[in-house]
Amino acid sequence: MNKARHNPLNSGLAHLALLTYTAIALFPVAVILINSFKTRKAIFGAPLALPDAQSFSLIGYQTVMKQGDFFLYFQNSMIVTVVSLGLILLFGAMAAFALSEYRFRGNTLMGLYLALGIMIPIRIGTVAILQMMVATGLVNTLAALILVYTAQGLPLAVFILSEFMRQVSDDLKNAGRIDGMSEYAIFFRLVLPLVRPAMATVAVFNMIPIWNDLWFPLILAPSEATKTLTLGSQVFIGQFVTDWNAVLSALSLAILPVLVLYVIFSRQLIRGITSGAVK
Amino acid sequence: MKARTRFHIAVFLAPAVLVYTAVMIVPLFDTLRLSFYRGGPEGAEFAGIANFRTLFGDPRWSASFWNALGNNFWFFLIHMAVQNPVGIALAAILSHPRLRFAALYRSAIFIPTILSFVIVGFAWKLILSPIWGIAPGILDAVGLKAFFAPWLGKEHYALTTLALVSVWQFVGIPMMLIYAALLSIPEEVLEAGEIDGLTGWAAFRKIKLPLILPSIGIISILTFVGNFNAFDLIYTAQGALAGPNFSTDILGTFLYRTFFGFQLQLGDPYMGSAIASAMFFIILAGVCLYLFGIQTRMRRYQF
Repeated sequence: MNKARHNPLNSGLAHLALLTYTAIALFPVAVILINSFKTRKAIFGAPLALPDAQSFSLIGYQTVMKQGDFFLYFQNSMIVTVVSLGLILLFGAMAAFALSEYRFRGNTLMGLYLALGIMIPIRIGTVAILQMMVATGLVNTLAALILVYTAQGLPLAVFILSEFMRQVSDDLKNAGRIDGMSEYAIFFRLVLPLVRPAMATVAVFNMIPIWNDLWFPLILAPSEATKTLTLGSQVFIGQFVTDWNAVLSALSLAILPVLVLYVIFSRQLIRGITSGAVK
Repeated sequence: MKARTRFHIAVFLAPAVLVYTAVMIVPLFDTLRLSFYRGGPEGAEFAGIANFRTLFGDPRWSASFWNALGNNFWFFLIHMAVQNPVGIALAAILSHPRLRFAALYRSAIFIPTILSFVIVGFAWKLILSPIWGIAPGILDAVGLKAFFAPWLGKEHYALTTLALVSVWQFVGIPMMLIYAALLSIPEEVLEAGEIDGLTGWAAFRKIKLPLILPSIGIISILTFVGNFNAFDLIYTAQGALAGPNFSTDILGTFLYRTFFGFQLQLGDPYMGSAIASAMFFIILAGVCLYLFGIQTRMRRYQF
């Protein structure tokens, strides 16, 4: 069919190139994970060897569990990420519905206003955000982080979701109206279930930056009780620079949840990116 | 009656508009406003453009500012020169129609992108560390041991090294976006080229490249915005002082130090606002240049 573009040599070279790059991409992660299970001597003696019966050790993990409150950090990260995502999706979908469903004066202008935040990073406003959080007593609470991440995620969410909501059939909505459904019922019972795939895309897009953010936890919620996993591991590793077992174990513990989330959601994420949702 | 039936529009819009306005837009403009104030005995007092005069005029401040800005441009250039070509090359290989394991490669190469800067920063710091010896060991194995240097500790190399680490982390994004663009090119177009004798590299350069140019444009502006408010990687790998000797200082770390203070210098929210404002205008200029200068001139093809 299209033989000219395929020959075995090319395909062999393609695999070679991809394998090389995959190795480059995974090597650092693998080195950290492997060495976190070894004794200090083995870490330095044979950094690239897999742990065996003699070099296997969990001493690093024991130090981490004793010293750092990783369960609390994990819980904080979880609360912040899940609540922010929930609010982004709910508020974003509501606004997207208003913009895509109704004609009203200022519709386009409102759409542009909400889209401003796609390009301008929220970090620019940090000075005033901190002052506002201090004034309202929200500093060192998870609520401060949730508010910031919700505001940060809304512009893109509204943009993507309103694109999708325009595709929901008008006949369906009008049928609902004839049956006497309120506009709220139409939104929650007819439209929301239909845009679920788009909601998943938005959720996956926002999840990683929120989970991984260091800037706002560092500035708005650095207290022991509100540290997120990202900030917690940063501080912990900073304190234990010379204890290689502990540092490697802390890194592994920080990698693990993201990796698990990625394995669960990677298809969704990749489909979201490649479906052109970010155009 | 009419006003009542339209009430729900406001209800649908209100939560998003309120949160977005209160937490994003108002602080953004408040930060711009604060850059014209300074701390006085009774709180903030209006200072005109004094902060900007200090930032650009005072030799110590302006040296730091231009250093950070210059470093930031270098950081961006490395991304444009390495991250995007590598991303495009990977996408081009992946989009080969009958390539096996494409999904597996794609997922694996994307893994660094999902890791936090904390993990990436520390992991590379350990790997490049002369104490642990992984990097020199590997270079030794391929006979290049003489090339090893403690890159992160050398003023001359540290910034480039960190930029490359950041490239390593984010190469997945251009790869995915270009991959999506390449997949959307219809087979007929490629076959038509083939009949005219365009295959392999020629087909890529003459048919595919013009078609993915808009995606390359989007990636460039995303990279620009991302790089000019970058902070986390430098902070985790080199600390707030962006050592050695500020050679890895970029606008984000400069803003953080100014705003929060470090060592003996006290934090100054007003100078911090001035730097944030400068960042705002740099990013705005870049986005406008893209939207009005590049995007409108780019030819788009519809199939």
